[in-house]
Amino acid sequence: MGSLENLVTQIQGLSGSIEDIAHLHNILRLADESLHSESSALSAVLDQVDPAKHSLGYLYILEAFTSGPVSKEQALTLVPILARFINCCDAQQIRLAHDKFVSVCKRFKDHVLLIESPLRGVSPMRTAVRKLQTTSEHLTTIHPDFLLLCLLSKSYKIGLSVLEDDIFDVDQPRDLFLYCYYGGMICIGQKRFRKALELLHNVVTAPMNVINAIAVEAYKKYILVSLIHYGQFSTSLPKYASSAAQRNLKNFCQPYIELATTYSSGKIAELEAYVLTNREKFDNDKNLGLVKQVVSSMYKHNIQRLTQTYLTLSLQDIANTVQLGSPKEAEMHVLQMIQDGEIFATINQKDGMVRFLEDPEQYKTCQMIEHIDSSIQRIMTLSRKLNAMDEQMSFDPLYLTKVGRERQRFDFDDFDTVPQKFPI
Amino acid sequence: MEPEDEIYENGGEQPARSKPIISGEQLDVEAYASLYKDRTKVARLLFIADHCNNEAMQLEALRMAYDEIKKGENTQLFREVVEKIGGRLGDKYGMDAAWCETVDRKAELKKERLENELNSYRTNLIKESIRMGYNDFGDFHYAHGALGDAFKSYVRTRDYCTTSKHIISMCMNAILVSIEMGQFTHVTSYVSKAEQTPDSLDLITVAKLRCAAGLAHLETKKYKLAARKFLETGPELGSHYNEVIAPQDVATYGGLCALASFDRTELKNKVIDNLNFRNFLELVPEVRELINDFYSSHYASCLEYLGNLKPNLLLDIHLHDHVETLYDQIRHKALIQYTHPFVSVDLRMMANAFKTSVAGLEKELEALITDNQIQARIDSHNKILYARHADQRNATFQRVLQTGSEFDRDVRSMLLRANLIKYDHNLRASRKL
Repeated sequence: MGSLENLVTQIQGLSGSIEDIAHLHNILRLADESLHSESSALSAVLDQVDPAKHSLGYLYILEAFTSGPVSKEQALTLVPILARFINCCDAQQIRLAHDKFVSVCKRFKDHVLLIESPLRGVSPMRTAVRKLQTTSEHLTTIHPDFLLLCLLSKSYKIGLSVLEDDIFDVDQPRDLFLYCYYGGMICIGQKRFRKALELLHNVVTAPMNVINAIAVEAYKKYILVSLIHYGQFSTSLPKYASSAAQRNLKNFCQPYIELATTYSSGKIAELEAYVLTNREKFDNDKNLGLVKQVVSSMYKHNIQRLTQTYLTLSLQDIANTVQLGSPKEAEMHVLQMIQDGEIFATINQKDGMVRFLEDPEQYKTCQMIEHIDSSIQRIMTLSRKLNAMDEQMSFDPLYLTKVGRERQRFDFDDFDTVPQKFPI
Repeated sequence: MEPEDEIYENGGEQPARSKPIISGEQLDVEAYASLYKDRTKVARLLFIADHCNNEAMQLEALRMAYDEIKKGENTQLFREVVEKIGGRLGDKYGMDAAWCETVDRKAELKKERLENELNSYRTNLIKESIRMGYNDFGDFHYAHGALGDAFKSYVRTRDYCTTSKHIISMCMNAILVSIEMGQFTHVTSYVSKAEQTPDSLDLITVAKLRCAAGLAHLETKKYKLAARKFLETGPELGSHYNEVIAPQDVATYGGLCALASFDRTELKNKVIDNLNFRNFLELVPEVRELINDFYSSHYASCLEYLGNLKPNLLLDIHLHDHVETLYDQIRHKALIQYTHPFVSVDLRMMANAFKTSVAGLEKELEALITDNQIQARIDSHNKILYARHADQRNATFQRVLQTGSEFDRDVRSMLLRANLIKYDHNLRASRKL
């Protein structure tokens, strides 16, 4: 007990400046074992330590306190404590004990799921993500947990706000897979198919030595979303996809690839028959909703194709070409598409004719100029980033030795070895 | 019908123009067969017999084939023909076993003799005699229908050829056998080999080589190249290449392929103004008429000629598989050419010009528009086709924005992947340490 009190006083004392905190960190690391062994007495200690000022100490104690299995009632009491801590902790202090913080957040997520109210965890997790990130381009290990909570509580918009940030630094590849997969699902929920495709594409083409289940599930959704958004799907993965993915992914997603081939034939009846026969498989993967969206997107793509060839067309003809039941149904589909902004047309009900119009966008408005300007800025920043990365790599010693070994030798001097270290 | 409608119509009654339309009358088998000789005559007759629907014509063809085969020494083919006749032509055209046996026995003897001669020449190492020995062997096999062996023998003479004349005769033999066998890759390679000989070739050989090259391209569906080759054939060909192709065929194949694949300027320069080719076209006036009609936009009569020629062309051994494709291409070209000069076209008039229904025409045009061969849109309500030219400025803006966002997306994922690989590499490096 005495050591514990000692520890508490030290925490309270040494949480001032940066050197004190580093000193405190060392002490805490050494005291970690003892903390874990005395987990029962810790709840009293917790009240003595202030989560805002003494975040590091609080973190260590909290982590020791929450280790071990927990029942539902305990979870109920723990959740507000954890939430409070996350909300008011000091970002700099907790970044020193990165792993501890991650495990605390993960346990928080588990508790929240245990008490079956994921909504309570969404906001604290978002704060946690922001505090743990070093820059907005940094992907932490708790990003996917946050997105999981958003999915389960159906609060998609909050998830989207985090997804808008581009990420370039990754802690662990596995986090990236989960993040992109959950992110893709959130975008699908919000009908932002283009962004969903981007995220799922990242999972499928990420470098991996052995394919994992996340990539397989992502590929299935990727096929479906690509059909909805573009109306076509090509089974060949780009060259930069890992060879493991290129060889094996298709084997696990056979029904989906066959769905894509049936889709490309353009016949609705065949597509619906195929979906009906394989209904169970899609249901097991929980993709049945998406598959239904794929079927309805086929009508849309067929009607869009008609706008390319016809200036006016009767509703009866549309119904016949697109294999709809009656002109009334055709009218409903066209109306829906006009409202969604997918085609530009006017319906003349007296004659039963639809007149297709050109895209009225003239690219002359102020908003368009702003849009183009901001795109240019964005791309310039990206270019600069790319150049910086290239420069950085070109004076990396490992790269130089490898290139040095394999370069062409035309001159006597070329036979010198590339200097490994530059003596100063 | 008012006189000005004639400009758009091109259809309807045209009492003023006298068209000597060669109707779809039956192919005169005898006249057709007399254009050819040797093996190709038999092959063509058998093809006609297999593919025509008319029993009388079939029997006629089989009878002529029988007569022709009996003049040669190919017993295998003889047996086939007898089977096909099946006794329908009476006893005179039945199985003549005695003749078969005599021929086979003679063949055996000749084969032995040739082998012995060849062996003696080989031991004596006289190049010219060895070459002639292999050549004779090739001829022997060819006469007896063993095409593979014939080809091999002819190719073996290559090592013993001394003058370019030898090389050319070797190439010509090889080409002949390859055409019979249907292996047109060999044809192309031997044609180029023959054309590369240092000595200049005489005009007849040049013409023969062009025909062979044209046939090879036709079989591999390269219609434009085939047309060019046929059009370059000189009129010296005459009937010198009757063991492969008749000058009427050169005209037909060349004309149809050119019509299906050339654009307007090329058609005018290489076909209509081509003096050499005119000689060939004189032999098949229908083809000449239909090319002229197409060029002067009289589509209805052009398509009528095509329709009349079709049943006979389907009986042609080389053109059989390509008739449908060529006809489709010609029809599409006619449709595109018709709509090209106009801003708006009344579909009813166009349907009249092409002698088809408005609904059918609409379907055809829809296919062409989707394929981006016609830039237009159909007003289905009023049945008018409007030309539509894309607005370049808008299209450019759209493309720019799209390229920008694609670049953005691709570079971001690339940087991400680079980071992952770096992480992986660092992990492995740290593990090694």
